[in-house]
Amino acid sequence: MQDYFRTIVDAIQPLLRGEEIFTCSFHGEESDFVRFNRAAVRQAGAVVQRFLTIDLIEGRRHAAGTLTLGGDGEGDRARLAHLIGELREMRAHLAEDPYLLYATEVHSTERRRDAVLPGGDAVVGAVADAGAERDLVGIYAAGASHAGFANSFGQRNWYTAPSFNFDWSFFHDADKAVKASYAGTVWNAAELERRMTSAAEQLAVLARPRRALEPGRYRVYLTPSALFEIVGVLSWGGFSLRAHRTKTTPLIKMVEEDVRLHPSVRIVENTVDGIAPDFQDAGFLRPERVTLVDGGAYRDCLVSPRSAAEYGVATNGASAGEAPLSIDVGPGGIPADKVLAELGSGLYVSNLWYLNFSDRVACRTTGMTRFATFWVEGGAIQSPVEVMRFDETIYRLLGEKLIGLTSEREMILDPGSYFQRSTDSARLPGVLVDDFTLTL
Amino acid sequence: MHGLPDSVDLDAVAARFRAVAPAVDFWSLRLVDERNDRLAVRRGVVHPPHVSYDSGAMITVWRDGGVGYAGTSDLTASGLSRAAARARDWARETAGRHVLGAVGWRPHVGTGEYVSEVQTPWAGAALADKLALLRTEAERLHTDERIVDWEAGLWHTTLDTLLVTSAGGRVRQHFQFLVPSMSATANSGAETQTRTFGGHAYCRQGGLEILREVGFCDAAPRIAQQALELLAAPNCPSAVMDVVIAPDQMILQVHESIGHPLELDRILGDERNYAGRSFVTLDMFGSYRYGSELLNVTFDPTRTGQLASYGFDDDGQPARREEIIARGILQRPLGSSSSQARAGIAGVANARAAGWNRPPIDRMANLNLEAGDSSFAELVRAVERGVYMETNCSWSIDDSRNKFQFGCEWGRRIENGELGDVVKNSNYRGVSATFWRSLAAVGNRDTLQVLGTPWCGKGEPNQVIRVGHAVPACRFTDVDVFGGA
Repeated sequence: MQDYFRTIVDAIQPLLRGEEIFTCSFHGEESDFVRFNRAAVRQAGAVVQRFLTIDLIEGRRHAAGTLTLGGDGEGDRARLAHLIGELREMRAHLAEDPYLLYATEVHSTERRRDAVLPGGDAVVGAVADAGAERDLVGIYAAGASHAGFANSFGQRNWYTAPSFNFDWSFFHDADKAVKASYAGTVWNAAELERRMTSAAEQLAVLARPRRALEPGRYRVYLTPSALFEIVGVLSWGGFSLRAHRTKTTPLIKMVEEDVRLHPSVRIVENTVDGIAPDFQDAGFLRPERVTLVDGGAYRDCLVSPRSAAEYGVATNGASAGEAPLSIDVGPGGIPADKVLAELGSGLYVSNLWYLNFSDRVACRTTGMTRFATFWVEGGAIQSPVEVMRFDETIYRLLGEKLIGLTSEREMILDPGSYFQRSTDSARLPGVLVDDFTLTL
Repeated sequence: MHGLPDSVDLDAVAARFRAVAPAVDFWSLRLVDERNDRLAVRRGVVHPPHVSYDSGAMITVWRDGGVGYAGTSDLTASGLSRAAARARDWARETAGRHVLGAVGWRPHVGTGEYVSEVQTPWAGAALADKLALLRTEAERLHTDERIVDWEAGLWHTTLDTLLVTSAGGRVRQHFQFLVPSMSATANSGAETQTRTFGGHAYCRQGGLEILREVGFCDAAPRIAQQALELLAAPNCPSAVMDVVIAPDQMILQVHESIGHPLELDRILGDERNYAGRSFVTLDMFGSYRYGSELLNVTFDPTRTGQLASYGFDDDGQPARREEIIARGILQRPLGSSSSQARAGIAGVANARAAGWNRPPIDRMANLNLEAGDSSFAELVRAVERGVYMETNCSWSIDDSRNKFQFGCEWGRRIENGELGDVVKNSNYRGVSATFWRSLAAVGNRDTLQVLGTPWCGKGEPNQVIRVGHAVPACRFTDVDVFGGA
């Protein structure tokens, strides 16, 4: 797709008039999706999509438009010309935008990853074999994701990252299930089998009678996958400059009252070790790392170009939503193989689900346990438990009630695919927490 | 036909496809051509307007018991041909292993058309006038220095679809949607409260007449005042008590704890890895008491002007109004024709896709709670001690759609049948399987509002879709209510 992006970008400049300039961004993918239920194929297919967004600027007046490119050359150029004409017409009705900010220094980059992806038959066959005697449900998504940027100043950025992400569950019955995934760039049938076997071993535990828990406070271990959900809800404005300046950040107590998390908590937007593009839609490059929380104290925000202009600070290449794309929570000192012993008696929570705020100002969140959640006694897993609702503030969870974080971390590649396949990722430890509040 | 001059000629694309269509057992071609306009004014500054054009094709091929699809935005003959070949490849790979192949299902598509009713077309109003309206309304939100963020916006969509099949089916539909929004955030120290114009719930099909119908131009002073009141308000009390729930929270209650658990693909297990399963099982239909005698829920894409009104679903099945829950008893699931074939149970026309690049799955459309006979005053008068709640701001529910917790922007105490002081952080929790049995009164048509959400997420790959809910205010007894930390 890079060659086509270049071709289209070359077609933009001749369409401009007078003092007009442009920035444009591109997001595309060539994806296979195979959806499974009970190890049979529910839906299978392929999608090729290419979205081009142009900001047409003259002085401080501008309007933006997005076009789905067909990849057919002449047709796309005609649609592009129409769009630019329409943006020009819209711009005539607009006042100057005081918060317009775009990159003017040229920093061209190119980032490509290699991958070895399997054919569709291999995936369907492998899953059918693995699921022959198990209730398997999930999604296999694979193919290349592309992103690009170009502007009138000659900056060109490109990103291509082929990958696969097989995200599945083994069900015992009803809601008793084990969640697993296999994601990466080099498909290895033996590795898939290893992960299938590991998930199946947990599945065996789920066959034991389920324990009903009363609402109350429990010592819990949250796996990296569970912590991923918690930092996900924190990212709803928690690290955004605009949310901080408009006082809507859920971490407002850290900002206004210097409330702190546990000193061992360090949260970084770690672009260099993530898989997201290192440039954004106005042409700014992201720094390798932005430290968001350090030693439990709030440190830096993610700053989009628009917020930078509005609040008079420098941008650090954040996207418009100012949410982390490659979040990284620092490790602690609990070896992974000592987690159950350190937990002693309590809950081992594999996954959390459907988090939201019950009191945003207090950064109090609610959500559900999901998939494999086990009752542990004497450092050994005893039985699965019914799904439970929690309601807890981040200041207790990652603050006063945090016992520790694991020394090993997991890299999680977001399987999300709203509008396009996600390139978000996270590197996270597990966390051991005391007095975790279950409410229902 | 109905689109703007620059829209894609979908019939011409379909003709191109027919000329290159593969020799298979059956094929369908679903074409989508969509334009979105987004306007917003925040803190006195016009956000750069954004227009988007999105058009593409979803080709689905049935061959030897396999089914494959391919989505492409290349609508040339060669592009469509390549996509058809890709779909055929996937049909080959899934032969003998496909859920639909196992039941021999394929869509039976007739012919028909549907057009949204529009009185005041979006395109008929100048951009400058629309921005001036938003500037005015946004400025009316800034009534006090404690209002630290304020915004008004409009999101308009024009959507054309054409579904054709190798068996001669042809369904053409044209939609127009409008989503108005408004919010004010008040702050003092470490306390912040945001009040909105129903979230995004005041969304409907139609044109700019919707702004008048939903009172968009009357809302700003009230929203700003209520944001300031919340800033000074105590937390919602914590106790088991009665609640009166306004329509802009009732839509979430219906959506999450009736709509999603009744989706047949969830009951069949398709969604267990992502959106979740359901506590509802196939044997419950026709006999299970879902709620009190007052609970009547209908699936009705034929109701004019709701966000998810249509003539046909994306498998080409004609829309019909159906009773989902009648006098509290569960009647039928929200299952499309393919799910009905798998489950052997009657459902509704609800196969819907988020766009040309996603295949249809079982969705809600217009899922409505029928009005009862209580006035709003009667709903409140019957409460000795409770809370009145408006406008969802937080939602969470388990993967079986049973244990839920919802939070609302705006609450007021009810004491001895009278609305009292404002409270903040009003939340309640419950269990779907029992909550609806505590439905004690349903508001009459004067309390009913035609609302919806443009953001219903589900499916693998993920899809977000528009859903309509026409709901009255309701009263529930013995609900676990609580406030903030």
